[in-house]
Amino acid sequence: MKFTIQISTGPYTHQASDTAYKFTRAALDAGHEIHRVFFYHDGVNNATSYTAPPQDDRNLQQLWSELAEQHSLDMVVCVAAAQRRGIMDEGEAKKNGKDGVNIAPGFQISGLGQLIEGGVQSDRLLVFGD
Amino acid sequence: MSTLHTVNKSAFERNSLDTCLSVCKTDGSVLLIEDAVVSALQDTGISAKIEKAVDSGIKFFALREDLEARGLPEQRVLDKITLVDYSGFVDLVTKNDRVQNWL
Amino acid sequence: MSDTKTFVYINRKAPYGSVYALESLEVVLIGAAFEQDVKLVFMDDGVFQLTKGQNPSGIGMKNFSKTYAALGDYDVNQIYVDEDSLKERGLTLDDLQPLVYEDEDDDWAEKDSIKLVTREQISDVIESADVLLNF
Repeated sequence: MKFTIQISTGPYTHQASDTAYKFTRAALDAGHEIHRVFFYHDGVNNATSYTAPPQDDRNLQQLWSELAEQHSLDMVVCVAAAQRRGIMDEGEAKKNGKDGVNIAPGFQISGLGQLIEGGVQSDRLLVFGD
Repeated sequence: MSTLHTVNKSAFERNSLDTCLSVCKTDGSVLLIEDAVVSALQDTGISAKIEKAVDSGIKFFALREDLEARGLPEQRVLDKITLVDYSGFVDLVTKNDRVQNWL
Repeated sequence: MSDTKTFVYINRKAPYGSVYALESLEVVLIGAAFEQDVKLVFMDDGVFQLTKGQNPSGIGMKNFSKTYAALGDYDVNQIYVDEDSLKERGLTLDDLQPLVYEDEDDDWAEKDSIKLVTREQISDVIESADVLLNF
């Protein structure tokens, strides 16, 4: 089956990103396809490259970036949610006059339509949130 | 055509499990994940409600890894609740026709 | 359309205390461009999203409640409000905005988008969904 996964909360504050990660991995291990992982609301904060969690704890941003690379995942960060919360790629930083880029590898900023498209194209859509 | 309902908040913190049960059809399944697994224990204020739901036909599941994380042993979970792991979670999603994630 | 799906949005939180009411509405508006079958459910504290006379200027926020009135223009006209949730909260349908749409199959007659429903009916709406979005 084809899945679209929505993550609605940031890393660490709630378990959602961890649960979504574990679910995504289990789905891939079972041979399913992940059509898209969509980060919305505070979920966009999973995409920050500035995260520096303690060495003895999991690094959620790194886990997602590595998973995306291993499996060529399409990980989308909603542009409107990202603008509100300060996740910038080069284009957004330039457009909004910000002097830094902080989006981690494997994450792409794109429109909310990608979530709907995910729902249209996938067999199942799951939401992990607070 | 059945629905898998997931609930991620404790029944003692939020009304999500209550609301879920008020709209869950008798051929539906409910999977407790994250903090919601605390609702799966025996002898709680919500145990009777869960058992009644199971008796009506609703299948109840809880994520094993979330119980273990919280130091809650399997023997203390209601008998009518089946434990699954993440791959079991994936199976439940594929076996049912849709997923409703109660937050 | 062979690939038309039924998208059901479940709203259970009051507006302004969290971003979910606003950002869920933004999904609905963007979703309109995809011409799918859209149903909105307002239950639990979500019924407060539709109240009349919202004025968040005192709390420093933008009033987005007027946008609900435009939903009819986006072909979003299946709006289900849970009667138990209203009752539990001391509200009636009169406390909510009268959302309407123009029925193109009935000479553009203006009709109510809001349907007051029971839990049983909400259960049926959920079972009709291909995609369920929760906020």
